Amino acid sequence: MKTILGKVYVVRDDIDTDQIIPAQYLNLVPTIPEEYIKLGSYALCGLPDGYPPFVAQGATRSDYALVIAGRNFGCGSSREHAPIALGAAGIKAVVAESYARIFFRNAISTGELYPFETPQRLCDLFKTGDEVEIDIDGARITRVQTGEHYRLKELGAVAPVVEAGGIFAYARKSGIIS
Amino acid sequence: MTMTVTEKILAKAAGMRHVQPGDNIWVGVDILLTHDVCGPGTIGVFEREFGAKARVWNRDKVVIIPDHYIFTADEKAHRNVDTLRTFVKEQGLPNFYDPGTPSYKGVCHVALPEGGHVRPGEVIFGTDSHTCTHGALGAFASGIGNTDAGFILGTGKLLIKVPKTMRFRVNGVVPDYVMAKDIILRIIGDIGFDGASYCAMEFTGPAIHQLSIEERMTICNMAIEAGGKNGIIEADEKTFAYVRARTDKPFEAVYGDPDAHVESERVYDAATLEPCVAEPHVPSNYALCRERTDVQLDRAYIGSCTGGKITDFIAAARLLNGHTVRIPTFLVPATAEVAEALFTEQVGGKSLVQLFADAGCEEIAPPSCAACLGGPLDTYGRTHGNEAVISTTNRNFLGRMGSKQSRIYLASPLSVAASAITGHITDPREFM
Ligand code: SF4
Repeated sequence: MKTILGKVYVVRDDIDTDQIIPAQYLNLVPTIPEEYIKLGSYALCGLPDGYPPFVAQGATRSDYALVIAGRNFGCGSSREHAPIALGAAGIKAVVAESYARIFFRNAISTGELYPFETPQRLCDLFKTGDEVEIDIDGARITRVQTGEHYRLKELGAVAPVVEAGGIFAYARKSGIIS
Repeated sequence: MTMTVTEKILAKAAGMRHVQPGDNIWVGVDILLTHDVCGPGTIGVFEREFGAKARVWNRDKVVIIPDHYIFTADEKAHRNVDTLRTFVKEQGLPNFYDPGTPSYKGVCHVALPEGGHVRPGEVIFGTDSHTCTHGALGAFASGIGNTDAGFILGTGKLLIKVPKTMRFRVNGVVPDYVMAKDIILRIIGDIGFDGASYCAMEFTGPAIHQLSIEERMTICNMAIEAGGKNGIIEADEKTFAYVRARTDKPFEAVYGDPDAHVESERVYDAATLEPCVAEPHVPSNYALCRERTDVQLDRAYIGSCTGGKITDFIAAARLLNGHTVRIPTFLVPATAEVAEALFTEQVGGKSLVQLFADAGCEEIAPPSCAACLGGPLDTYGRTHGNEAVISTTNRNFLGRMGSKQSRIYLASPLSVAASAITGHITDPREFM
């Protein structure tokens, strides 16, 4: 059973790509290794004041392993820097009520994170810092402390692409490109 | 089986007789657009995956238009444009609009059609979410990430899902105080920020076809602000005139079947539309200008792919003629062609350049994305404090123009000009 275990960071509806990675950091190129790490250090720094820091001052990675969000996560720009910044910060999965199309696609193409959808409004039920476990194949999220769990939508054809490490790795593995 | 215009273009590009929403198909790409922000990463993916010696699938179909971070001292921004230059040279790419040279154009979504790269019936992908702009000329156009773009660079193909079509019909005649921006903000306000997620937004009706190509671009540009995969307006005589003036490449316009199935249809009467704003911090926060006159403003901004075309400046100039602005008013022509036209176009016997100077506007910036997306700290027009800005751009997200404390109100060029005169949100009819 493949699982993701860690602390969750909770945000709400319409988290746009300018909040995930503000435009001022788009001069960083994700395929350059040092700049990939830098992108991680700025992940979610565009959130409104009042949110706890996602990446601690001076750190390059987040203490959180997952993000739980409301509707329309990742709306706005096509910048692949957005899923990459989250992935570089150490995020393994986002669980949202719904996604903006390009973010969802970029998360899969890059293999940076699993974009789970949920029929429930989990951003009202979890709070930042809760320890959770996601069972990837079983499509289930569990609150570690109490054992209560919620169903996620099956990832279907998307799961093996993320697992392979993105669209190129997957296309090679399955013989679509050489 | 009948198909919408979006379905027909995609079927043609996939070499299939028929497709339907939900089908996953491989489409051949006619144009791949990239810029300085996503180009270097796209090239990085291409070289990592296909090898340092690999060649792009088709040199004529790759169009590279640096536009985002051009007039800045930021070193990484310059390095990124250099990365594009090196790649263009290695690959021998003919369609590159290099900053600092006479070929430099400016904002990619205005530059692409200006350069004759947008043709009805074709498939365009770009590493920018506002690539949906180009549906205004009857093409299928959509934004993608670097990884997908790197795949296209190597193969010329992309696997996509055929979207459902939502149709928006605007009947009647557009009043002179209503602009394309008012139409699209109303639609986004009605359906919501994610109201068209994964869908094609098809705009039709006499009022839409009454609009200039530039105004149609404003509408399709903002399809992404409702989550749309593409926006599209079928080609007509105006489209053909625009395209033929810019390219002699052959193309074949595509039209939907009249009885094609659409997911939904909304009908508007243009005569009932009014000047409006989108309030902070989402484009669906619709309000009428005349009901928000209590909102005091600190600056006005006219620019970007949505609101920095020549038709946008002419509209603003008509309103500003003979008035002076009360708040700093920033002007950023989208492209070099627009910047030149500010000298040649006249309103009331004055060139636009003269007219804006007489009205007390800030000095006109060179063409680029500028403060539309904040950018490096030295970007022209970028916000740094808690400014309230009325802007012709397309996004009012938190921090979009730089500072997280500033508030952005999106509006038409007419409404921005009227508000610049009074210093608060103003319905342009007060000056017409
Ligand atoms: S003008 Fe603004 S919206 Fe248009 S491409 Fe540039 S940054 Fe994007």
